[in-house]
Amino acid sequence: MHEWALAEAVITAATQIATKEKLKKVTEVTVSVGELQQVELDILKFAFSQLKPASFKNAKFRIARAKTTLQCRACGNTWLFTKQKLDKSTAEAIHFVPEVAHTYIKCLKCGSPDFEITEGRGVWLKNIKGTR
Amino acid sequence: MVDARTSMIKERLKRISRIIAVSSGKGGVGKSLVATTLALTLARKGCKVGLFDLDFTSPSTHIILGAKDAQPKEEKGIVPPVVKGLEYMSLIYYCGDNAAPLRGADVSNALIELLAVTRWSQLDYLVIDMPPGIGDAVLDLIRLVKRVEFLIVTTPSRLAFETVKKQLSLLQELKMPIIGVVENMKMNSAQSIQQQTEKLGIAFLGEIPYDLKVEEAIGDETKLLGTALAQKVKEIAAGRLCVDGN
Repeated sequence: MHEWALAEAVITAATQIATKEKLKKVTEVTVSVGELQQVELDILKFAFSQLKPASFKNAKFRIARAKTTLQCRACGNTWLFTKQKLDKSTAEAIHFVPEVAHTYIKCLKCGSPDFEITEGRGVWLKNIKGTR
Repeated sequence: MVDARTSMIKERLKRISRIIAVSSGKGGVGKSLVATTLALTLARKGCKVGLFDLDFTSPSTHIILGAKDAQPKEEKGIVPPVVKGLEYMSLIYYCGDNAAPLRGADVSNALIELLAVTRWSQLDYLVIDMPPGIGDAVLDLIRLVKRVEFLIVTTPSRLAFETVKKQLSLLQELKMPIIGVVENMKMNSAQSIQQQTEKLGIAFLGEIPYDLKVEEAIGDETKLLGTALAQKVKEIAAGRLCVDGN
């Protein structure tokens, strides 16, 4: 459950922000999850529910899926990660460390591995709301 | 948008007593051999040791160790396997023998990911094999792992030491702890590197003779620990890392 570690990171970061912003109760946490990392959302949600501290008791965790866009630095081609066909072990490697996409994925137009992950890499804490 | 992963790094490393980055401004000076031998030496002395290969584009510690089929476990993160007595982490688990052509931002992202999700156990030492230079990996490590200590490797060549001097000056400017400088592949009795290192107010840890047996020992940790390189590393560990040198 790699998702558990990512959920821990989100909770830790959100707790630090809540402390800094002097929020007594956190009401909403919004997380962006990039397709590239192929995170299991049910596991992520479950991990949030298990890991959240008391001040997050009634917090809603909103998870927004972000499409992964890749842009080739060699020819400028832009394409979506969903168009890639990957075998199970490759998909799993990218799940753990999305940057290994550069090992397995090539530009659909020119075949270069030199592309930028312009959107939708992994898990980001987008927003946090609460009361003081 | 906040990168939540960086918040987790301190927590992941909190059970590690000392974190030693084996680094050099120059490539090809023997960082990976020194890092792996140091990790093995400390482990043979009874310390709990991890070895983390951060040279993502040219990893080699797995070859030095002879780590063949080891794989990390997925358990609320990534648990590194124990290889030859070391908790061992490398990008090779995920890219295998294939090339990992990563630009700077990708190196940073992969480094942050692995630091944030790798679950090391309670360790006396985490030895990090750094990529050459003072690029993204060094800067990220300084930014994210404030208590990292640098062990710098050079060769007697002026070409190596001139870049090492730049690295030393950067680390001093940033007030990062420097354990000292090791002069690897020594083939004469010149004292120039020692003198220049000491002039900078940095400890000179010793000379490692150029040892032809090292190449034969790659992949065999017992042979490796029998080399002149390992003997010197053992002395350095005894002198600087408070480990019995016998």
